[in-house]
Amino acid sequence: MSAQTCFHGRHLQPLILDRLDGENWRLADYERRDGYRALRRILAEGVSADALIAELKKSGLRGRGGAGFPTGLKWSFMPRGATVQKYMVCNSDEGEPGTFKDRDILRYNPHAVIEGMIIAGCATGATAGYNYIHGEIWSEYERFQEALDEAYAAGLLGANILGSRICFDLYAAHGFGAYICGEETALLESLEGKRGQPRYKPPFPASVGLYGKPTTINNTETFAAVPWVFRMGAEAFLAIGRPNNGGTKIFSISGDVERPGNYEMPLGTPFAKLLELAGGMRGGQIKAVIPGGSSCPVLPGEVMMDTDLDYDSIAKAGSMLGSGAVIVMNETRCMVRCLERLSYFYQAESCGQCTPCREGTGWLYRVLHRIEHGKGRAEDIDLLDSVAENIQGRTICALGDAAAMPVRSFIKNFRAEFEHHVEHKRCLVADYA
Amino acid sequence: MSALNAVRSEASTSYQLSSQARQRIDREIAKYPQGRQQSAVLAALAIAQDERGWLPSAVLEEVAVYLQMAPVAVYEVATFYHMFRLAPVGRHTITVCTNLPCALSGANAAARRLQQKLGVEFGQTTADGCFTLVEGECMGACGDAPVLLVNNKQMHSFMDEPKIDALLDSLVAEKGK
Amino acid sequence: MIELEIDGRKVKVREGGTVMDAANELGIYVPHFCYHRKLSIAANCRMCLVDIEKSPKPMPACATPAMAGMIVRTESERARQAQRSVMEFLLINHPLDCPICDQGGECQLQDLAVGYGASASRYQEEKRVVMPKNLGPLVSAQEMTRCIHCTRCVRFGQEIAGVMELGMASHGEHSEILTFLGRTVDSELSGNMIDVCPVGALTSKPFRYRARTWELARRKSISPHDSLGSNLVLQVKQEEVVRVVPLENEAINECWLSDRDRFSYEGLRSPERLTRPLVRRDGQLQEVSWPEALEFVAQALLRVRDQHGGGAIGSLAAGGSTAEELFLLGKLTRALGSENIDFRVRQSDFAADPARAGVPWLGMPVAQISTLDRLLLVGSFLRQDHPLLAARVRKAVADGCQVSVLHGADDDVLMRLSHKAIAAPSSWVAMLAQIGVAVARSKSLPVPVTGVEPTDMGLAIAADLCSGARVALLAGNAAVQHPQAAQIQAWLQWIAQAVGGHFGSIGEAANSVGGYLAGATPGPGGRNARSMLEQPMAAYLLWGLEPELDCADPALARQALSSASAVIAFSAYRSAALAGAHAVLPIAAFAETAGTFVNCEGRAQTFNGAAPAPGEARPGWKVLRVLGNQLGLAGFDYDSPEQVRADALPSTPRRDLSNALDVGLAAAAPGAANGCERMSDVPPYFVDPIVRRAEALQKTAAARPPVARANAATLAHFGVAAGGTVRVRQGPANAVLPCVLDASLPDRVVRVAAGHPASAGLGAMFGPITLERA
Repeated sequence: MSAQTCFHGRHLQPLILDRLDGENWRLADYERRDGYRALRRILAEGVSADALIAELKKSGLRGRGGAGFPTGLKWSFMPRGATVQKYMVCNSDEGEPGTFKDRDILRYNPHAVIEGMIIAGCATGATAGYNYIHGEIWSEYERFQEALDEAYAAGLLGANILGSRICFDLYAAHGFGAYICGEETALLESLEGKRGQPRYKPPFPASVGLYGKPTTINNTETFAAVPWVFRMGAEAFLAIGRPNNGGTKIFSISGDVERPGNYEMPLGTPFAKLLELAGGMRGGQIKAVIPGGSSCPVLPGEVMMDTDLDYDSIAKAGSMLGSGAVIVMNETRCMVRCLERLSYFYQAESCGQCTPCREGTGWLYRVLHRIEHGKGRAEDIDLLDSVAENIQGRTICALGDAAAMPVRSFIKNFRAEFEHHVEHKRCLVADYA
Repeated sequence: MSALNAVRSEASTSYQLSSQARQRIDREIAKYPQGRQQSAVLAALAIAQDERGWLPSAVLEEVAVYLQMAPVAVYEVATFYHMFRLAPVGRHTITVCTNLPCALSGANAAARRLQQKLGVEFGQTTADGCFTLVEGECMGACGDAPVLLVNNKQMHSFMDEPKIDALLDSLVAEKGK
Repeated sequence: MIELEIDGRKVKVREGGTVMDAANELGIYVPHFCYHRKLSIAANCRMCLVDIEKSPKPMPACATPAMAGMIVRTESERARQAQRSVMEFLLINHPLDCPICDQGGECQLQDLAVGYGASASRYQEEKRVVMPKNLGPLVSAQEMTRCIHCTRCVRFGQEIAGVMELGMASHGEHSEILTFLGRTVDSELSGNMIDVCPVGALTSKPFRYRARTWELARRKSISPHDSLGSNLVLQVKQEEVVRVVPLENEAINECWLSDRDRFSYEGLRSPERLTRPLVRRDGQLQEVSWPEALEFVAQALLRVRDQHGGGAIGSLAAGGSTAEELFLLGKLTRALGSENIDFRVRQSDFAADPARAGVPWLGMPVAQISTLDRLLLVGSFLRQDHPLLAARVRKAVADGCQVSVLHGADDDVLMRLSHKAIAAPSSWVAMLAQIGVAVARSKSLPVPVTGVEPTDMGLAIAADLCSGARVALLAGNAAVQHPQAAQIQAWLQWIAQAVGGHFGSIGEAANSVGGYLAGATPGPGGRNARSMLEQPMAAYLLWGLEPELDCADPALARQALSSASAVIAFSAYRSAALAGAHAVLPIAAFAETAGTFVNCEGRAQTFNGAAPAPGEARPGWKVLRVLGNQLGLAGFDYDSPEQVRADALPSTPRRDLSNALDVGLAAAAPGAANGCERMSDVPPYFVDPIVRRAEALQKTAAARPPVARANAATLAHFGVAAGGTVRVRQGPANAVLPCVLDASLPDRVVRVAAGHPASAGLGAMFGPITLERA
C-alpha cells in the first residue's frame, strides 16, 4: 500500500523515480536502468575534478534538502589540491514535516545515491563518506546497507574503484530521533557522537567539517540527481527545468489532497498541475499551502494556485521551495490549530543551545496554545509577531528562522482567524478530526 | 580521580551487554576512523536498547567505558535524541506521529483510538506491561499517514481503526521480543 | 594584521582574531555571557550580537572573524535591538530570585539586564523549573532554574580541568546542566566553575547566604598551600575572611584558583584555633598570659643551652611559613648558638646540600611551562600537589607538548601522555640512568655510567627528549621527598644538559624557595630536618607544624620529640600532635599577618594581613622579635614587617637560584628494595594545618582518610584481600587501615597517604613495608 507514495503513472519526465517498481532496486536492476554508466564513463575517461564541477555548475542543480544552494558551487568550496582527508556526507535525516521523498529514494533507488556520492568523491577528492539516515526509518537503513554491500562486492566502492586511482568508502549511519540533525553541522556533531547541536559558521564544513576535515554535505535527492547530470549532460538536465532551476524535483504532497505521495516533475511545473496529478483537493476548497516543508512561510491557496514550482517563482510569491514538501489545507482547517501544532514541533525539536530559539520557541508555543484554547489576549497577536521577529536572524542555525517564519506568515495571511479566536474564544472554522 | 577513572577501576567483570551486542557495536565502531569510536555512541545505545528494551544507567556506564567517553557525555546523547528510553517500557513501544501533515490525514483519530484501546495517555505504559505509547514527531513518511512506529523499527502506514486494532492484536499475540 | 573599525575607531588584530578580540583591544565592552577568553567559543548566548555593515543580520562578535575593512557598530539601534531582545529571552524562564540569590550584586545577568535590557517583561506564561542538584560540598547547584545554558561550566571541565563532569542533558528549554547519575563534581579545580558561571546557578556552598558582595572588604594575598604562589583576594566581613577568589595574574595562576586555595579559609575560624599561650604545668598544658609564656620559653631554652650547648637546640618549620618568620626563626636559633634550622621536614635525603651551587627552584618562569614542547615529570602527583600547574601542562599538551612521566602510580593526569614509566620508587634512579644512557648514545656523548642497558621505555623517553626544542625535566614532590632525591636531581641535571633543556623541582610548599633564601636551612655543622630527629635534640622549636602529620617519618618524629626536655611549638591551632609539647604559643595564620612567599620561579610576593588573628594570637614575626628580646639576644629590634623583610630577603640575595649540583651519578639506587616498599602522597587537603580544618574541603572525595593500596600481585604476596582491613608495618611503626585493590600501582608497592592521623602511626614516606591481616 505504501507503494502508492511514488509508484503511479503520474510523474512528469521523472529521472530519479523513473522505471521503479519497488523490487528493482538491486545493483543488477539499477544497471539495467543505466545505473553506474555515468561513473564508469567518468572513470574510464579520467574526467578531471575541475571538469566534473564545471559540468555540475552548468546543470543548475541546486540542493534538494531545503536550502537550494547551487551544488556545483558547493562542491567547488572543497580544497581541491589538499592531500588532507576529505569527506562527503549525505543528509538523509529527512524530518522536515511534509517531506518524505528521501525515504522512497533510499528504499527504491539506493544505488543512485551511492553513484552520486562516488562521483562527488571524484570531483572533490573526498575518499570517505557517510549517509546519515533518519532514525525513524529502519528498513530503509537496512536496505541502504544492503546496497552498499552489493556495491563493495562489485568493486564499485573501496580502493581503486573499477581499477582506477579513485578510492571511496561509504558507510551508513543512523540517527535516533532529532529533527535538528537535518541541519548539516548538527549532523556532523551527531556523526561525531555528540548532541546534535549546530555549529556556528564560519568556519564552514568545507574548511572544518567532520572531525575537523573538509566536508561537503548534500541531500539524498541531490546526490541521486548527480548521475543523471553526467548521464544526460548538463545542458539536457538544465533544459528539463528552468534557467537557474535545472532538472526535476520530487515533490512530497500531503494533507487535503486525494492522493498524497511523491511526484517527480520538472522544476517550473505549475502548482496547479501537481494538485491535479495528486487527485485534486480533498474535503473542501483550497485555503492554505505550505510549499516547501513546515519551515517555509504559508501561502494563501489562491496565491499558490498561480505559482510555479521552482525556487525563484515561489520566492517571488513570498515563500520558499525548500524541500519541496507541499502541505495542502482546505477551507475546514483552523489556521490557529495548524500553527499551534507546528509551533509545538519547533519547541520540541529545539536543541536548546542558543537563547532566542531555546526560549522563544517555548514562548511562541505557549501563547498559541492559549489562543487555541480560548485564553488569548488582545496583545497576543502582535506579541507573537514581535517574538518571532526577535528570533529570526539571531540564532546559530535556521531552526530559529524555521520556527519564526510560519508564525509570521500564518498571522500575516490569516490574521482574521487569530483575532476571532482571541475575541470569541473559539475557532472560526470546524476543527479537523 | 575522575569519574571515568573510578568506573574503570571499579568495573565489575560481569557485563551488562551480551557478547553479540558488543560484536554489533564493534562493527559500528569499524565504520569510523581510528580513535573516533565515540561516533558509534548512537548506534551502541540503540543496540543496547534493542537488547534491554530501555537504557538503565549501568548500561550507559558500560557504553561509556567501552567507547572511552565521559559517562555524562553518553548521558547527554541518551537524553538528547528522542528515541532513547531511560525508564522501563512495555514489551512494545508504539510511536504515533501527530505533526501537521499526519494530523491532516487522521493521525489524531489514530492516536485517540490507541489511547482508548490501550487505556493510556502518551508517555504511559499499560498496566499489563505490554505497550508503551509515545507521541512522535515527523518520521518522514507523511504520505502514508497515519503512521505508527513499533519498537523504533517497524513502520506501519495508513493506520485506520481496523488496521490499528489488528496490529494491537498481533502484537499481543507475539511472544515477547 | 587585519585592520577594522569598531564604533568609529580603527584597530588591528592578528590573523584569525574575532570582532570580540578587536573590541577587547580597543577596550570596548561588548555584552556577553558564554564568551570567556580562556575557553573555547560557544556563541550560544547571542548577547554579543553586533551590527556589521554589509551583513544582513546582526553577528555574534565572539565568533565572527575580523576581516579587513569591516565596519562594526556595537551600539547602533540594530545592535541594541538585538541585544535587548536576547536579554528579554534570557529573562523569560529565569526566576526572579535576586533578593535571595547569592550572585546579587556581582551578577552578569543583573548588570547586563540593566545596561542592555528593557525595564519590563512581556512574558506572561508559565516558567520552566529545574530541580536542584547536589554536586558536592563545594559547588552549590541548588537553584539550577537560574541557569542560562551558557555552558561555560561544561567547557571549563572539558578544557581546563581536563575531565567532563558536567554535561547538558535533554534538549530545548528542558536542557539542564548536571552530572552523570547525580555524582559529585570532584575535580580539584571545580571551584572555578563558580567564577565562570555568570548567574547564581553555580555558587559557593560554604559561602551561601554569608554576605552580600558590597559588604565585603577586599585584601590581596598569596596562597600559602603550594609553591605556585597563586594570587588571592581575601574578602572580609566584620574582620573575618568569608570568601576567597582569584586575583588575576597571567604569569602565575591566570584567572583560576585551586579548590584548596579557594576554600581553605574555613580553616581560619576553626574552633581549634589557639587563642592563648599554653605552657605545661603539673603535667598539663594550661592557658597563661603572654608574658608568662615568653618567660617560660626563654628559661627553657636558656637552660638547655647552658646545660647542653646551643647545638642541642633544633628548629623545624613548616614550608608554608612566611619568609619573615623563617628568617627570624633562623636568626633566633643561630643567636642561641645552633645551626640546626630546617623547613624541609618531608625530605629524607640531604646529600645534595653540600653539593649545591644555589637555591633549588623550578628552573624557569612558571609561564614558560606553557611554551614547552617536551616535558618529563618525575615523581609527581601533579594534579593534587600543583593543580594549576597541571592545568598549564594540560594546555601545553593540547598545544602539542609531549609529556612523559616517571612515577610510582598510574594516576590519571587528565591529559594525553607520550610515555608512562610506572615503577616502584626504588627503581626511579635506575630508569633515569637508562634514559641518560639512551640520550648519551643518541647525542654521541660519553655514557655517564656503565653497565646500564636502556629498555624500550628508556629509549622512547630519551628519543622524545632529544627531539624537542624547548625541553624541561621537573621533579615533583615525591621525587624531592625520595630517599635518593639527590641522585634523581643529579640525573635530571645531566639529561637536561645533554638535551639543552631546563630542569628543576616544582617545590613542596609556598616558601620552598623562600626558606632557602631566608636562611632557614642548616649552616656548616648544622643538622638537617632528618638528622635532628634521628639523633634527638634536647630542645625543639616547632614552627607551624603538626609533627606527626607534617614530617617525613611520623614515628621518628614522635620518638624524638618525646625524649626532648623542651618542645616549644608555635602554632595557629591546638593540635593533638602537639599534646606533648611543653609550650605552645599562638601565632597568626597567613591571612592575619604581613609576610612574603617566594614561589617556585623565585618571585617574591608580599602581602598584608586581612583580618586580625583570633584571641591573643599574634603575627609570628612579632612573637619571634619579642622572644628574641626576652632571651636577651641582639638584633631583634624590628619595628615593622618591612624591616624584617629587608633582612630576610635582602635586595642582594644571600644565595642565587641555581639547580646546579655536584653529585656523582649512580646507575641504580643502592640496595634497591627487593621486598615491598611504601610510596606516599600527601593528599591535597592534608597538606597543612589550615587545610586540614577547612570544613567543606574535608567533606570532598579527595579528603577520604588514607587506605592501604596495592595491586593484586602485591596483595597476593602478603596473603591479604582487598575489602577488609590490614595492619601496615614499617618496623615497629604500624597502623590498621582499610585495604584497597589499586591496579594503577606497580608490583611490590604499597601506597599509603601521609598527613592524616589514620596513617600517623606509620614510619617513613618511602621504605620497606609489609601488610598482614588485621
